[in-house]
Amino acid sequence: MPSHPMPEFGWFSLLLALGLSCYTFVFGSVALWRTRRRVGVAVDDGSGRLGETARRAGIASFIVLSCAAFALVWAAFTNDYSVSYILHHTNRALNPAYKFAALWSGQEGSLLLWAWLLSMYGFVLRVRHKVDVRLSAFASTILAGIQIFFLLLLNFAAPPFSIQPGPVAADGFGLNPLLQYPEMVMHPPLLYLGYVGFSVPFAFALGALMMRYPGEKWIHITRRWTMVTWLFLTCGIFMGAHWAYSVLGWGGYWGWDPVENASLMPWLTGTAFLHSVMMQEKRGMMKNWNVWLIFSTFMLTILGTLLTRSGIVSSVHAFAQSDIGNWFYGFIIVIFAVCLFTFFKNRDHLKSENRLESLVSRESSFLFNNLILLVACFTVLWGTLFPILSEYVQGSKVTMGAPFYNRVNIPIGVFLLFLTGIGPMLAWRSTSLRSMRRSFVLPVVAMVVALVTMLSVGLRPWNAGDDARATWFSLITFTLAAGVITAIAAEFLRGAAVVRTQTGKNLAASTVLLVRRNTRRYGGYLVHFGIVVLFIGIAGGAFNQSSEQEMGYRDQMTLGPFRLVCQSFTQDSNPNYDTEYALLDVYKYGKKITQLAPERRFYKASQTSSTIVALHSTLESDLYVIYEGRNPDTDKPIIKVFINPLMNWIWIGVLIVVLGTLLALVPNMARSAARARAELEPPVAEVHHV
Amino acid sequence: MFRLPQELKPRSVSDGESAKAEALAYPEAKRHWIARWTAATMVCLLAVVMLGATPGSRFDKLGHEMMCACGCGQILLECNHVGCPDSDRMIGELRQQISGGGTDAAVLNWFVAKYGPPILAAPIRGGFDNVAWITPMAVFLFAIVGTGFLVVIWKRRTRGAAVTVAGALDAATADAMRERIRRETEY
Repeated sequence: MPSHPMPEFGWFSLLLALGLSCYTFVFGSVALWRTRRRVGVAVDDGSGRLGETARRAGIASFIVLSCAAFALVWAAFTNDYSVSYILHHTNRALNPAYKFAALWSGQEGSLLLWAWLLSMYGFVLRVRHKVDVRLSAFASTILAGIQIFFLLLLNFAAPPFSIQPGPVAADGFGLNPLLQYPEMVMHPPLLYLGYVGFSVPFAFALGALMMRYPGEKWIHITRRWTMVTWLFLTCGIFMGAHWAYSVLGWGGYWGWDPVENASLMPWLTGTAFLHSVMMQEKRGMMKNWNVWLIFSTFMLTILGTLLTRSGIVSSVHAFAQSDIGNWFYGFIIVIFAVCLFTFFKNRDHLKSENRLESLVSRESSFLFNNLILLVACFTVLWGTLFPILSEYVQGSKVTMGAPFYNRVNIPIGVFLLFLTGIGPMLAWRSTSLRSMRRSFVLPVVAMVVALVTMLSVGLRPWNAGDDARATWFSLITFTLAAGVITAIAAEFLRGAAVVRTQTGKNLAASTVLLVRRNTRRYGGYLVHFGIVVLFIGIAGGAFNQSSEQEMGYRDQMTLGPFRLVCQSFTQDSNPNYDTEYALLDVYKYGKKITQLAPERRFYKASQTSSTIVALHSTLESDLYVIYEGRNPDTDKPIIKVFINPLMNWIWIGVLIVVLGTLLALVPNMARSAARARAELEPPVAEVHHV
Repeated sequence: MFRLPQELKPRSVSDGESAKAEALAYPEAKRHWIARWTAATMVCLLAVVMLGATPGSRFDKLGHEMMCACGCGQILLECNHVGCPDSDRMIGELRQQISGGGTDAAVLNWFVAKYGPPILAAPIRGGFDNVAWITPMAVFLFAIVGTGFLVVIWKRRTRGAAVTVAGALDAATADAMRERIRRETEY
């Protein structure tokens, strides 16, 4: 029997990580149990030390899991095809970056990545435990419980270090060609950072409820965790969308595939949580709701993983069907039972301190925003699971494709856009008519101007024939977007004018000062602005055009303002793939603007092909060119061209969302300055006495 | 710039009428003038927007209501696999069915009969398929109406409680409370 030192090292690391996680969970729970009714009473019975050993075991599990991940990557780089996973997901000619990406390109590897990221989050949490020792101990123990589940999977159900029986193969089967794209090195880890990250606010929320945590400090502690996680998930989702747009070659970026839906659902509930948690922070309201929102978000991440891996719904990029779905069913049931039990046991701790006072208030807008986000989440979940329901009721599966989601989600999205605009304009508790008039006049004027402009330039849904629905959506979106952008700009300007009056600085400096004084608020506005820009980009989809043609030497194709002329078409080869491509000169209004080379690759190891889209991107539109293949009769390439208007606005919108979130994570200048002032100045009472 | 027509211009005091009558006549004339111009603008706007109707393409519409049968999970007209075993044939069948003069429903039924219900990109066969459409909309409406109803109930309860509290507060306490609220609710 040949020896396999690195895979064995990996196996051992996984087993050790499981042991350490069990230790953290069991002894962490014992330590918490023994101190449950003696908080603040200093009795040295060893519980504190036991808890500390549990914390350290949790920290060690990160180091051990890092070793396991390293072992798998090492096996990929050294072409160790004795490991079944490496054999099936890499080959010798594979680019090193993609060998690294092989870690998450299959079921077992991606589960290992999940477990490793969870241990990394746990590591940070445990190292920073002094923020609140007891709450951190609860969160650490809960995280260890989740970790045990994934390590059980890795050790017994989907082991990444399984040895391939028989003689070692000379070369591997290669990586799925669709994954051999730079963004695929980033997209899955970011998505997983988002998915896994929601475990942390979940653990804090469950822990806070278990220990009946007084006050809302746990929200302050978890706020950054939640925002960072949400940011990762946002980046992961849109990087995936960009990958689909650039690689799959169908001209779109979101196909409402079950796996895409699985990532969108926790994003929607996570967004709802980020909003409604502000109500708990500021007004002590919606405590039950928030607890269930974060519970649901975590359970949706697990459900998404279940959908991706169990094969219960068909998806083009779901992992191979396997029986690990049963493990996930069991895990979801356990998690749900624990959440339900903890909630009912401690629900008296979650009484609201205040109630809603007016329909026209910030609280009310948050409530509606939450409901709309949840309805959107329900719609996506419904669409994902309806084929199963239909099969059960009617005996036949149905397809829930893009037409269903687009039709159902458009009104929801438009209403959400509307709330994005009016929510921040409303005051907490209640908004007076005068204040509303002051806030809403400019946005309404902007909307009217935008509407008239759109109509006069020819955006008339009633004349759009079959595209009427999409054109209505665009018209409403552009109109609302004008209103929301004006409202946000007015907020900035109004605040900056006040700062200018106070400080005498110019408007730009005043705006910067204003933002630094309340980064959270203005970061939030920036995120809203990004969302509006993103909606504008999506609405541009109503005006997509496409054309397909066989193009020989000097053949031309015209689409919209563009004219494409084929200069040549040829073939090439390298150790990893054979390639065919065409060179096309692109003219706009008769002037040559660029040359594009759409390509089609045939990967030798996996015996599959993929498209490499050629793109000419501007703010106005994308010219999207695909090499579809050659006509076997004429040997000429078949070229498909799309004009996708406003496509870049989507990616710019996401960039603004990212910047806004980062800004919101920066501490306020006012708070730190006030803290510094408070340390320097004598108390106000003493000054009065003098 | 628009100019007021002579007959709608406010009459001057020198016309011999009382100042009161003039004050009454001026806004009325102005209202008439604004109404007339608004109507004219609306007519022009409607005329502009109703021009240029474009007929839609049935082929495009129906081709986007079906999936490719090859299992790629893409809409029929968006399937871009080289050598796809199904899309070219299906597109040909679609053209044939349309040129055969069948209605949209008949064309779709023909495809469902040949390839099975999953060939449709969305459930549109009626019966239980309608549940797919009704449920999200019902949940959406229920959520909106339910939330509105909930807010109204909460508001009523709060108003009752607020009156009691407000009555008990003196001016200084109210000011302090207001300041506290302002501080606490600033985000």
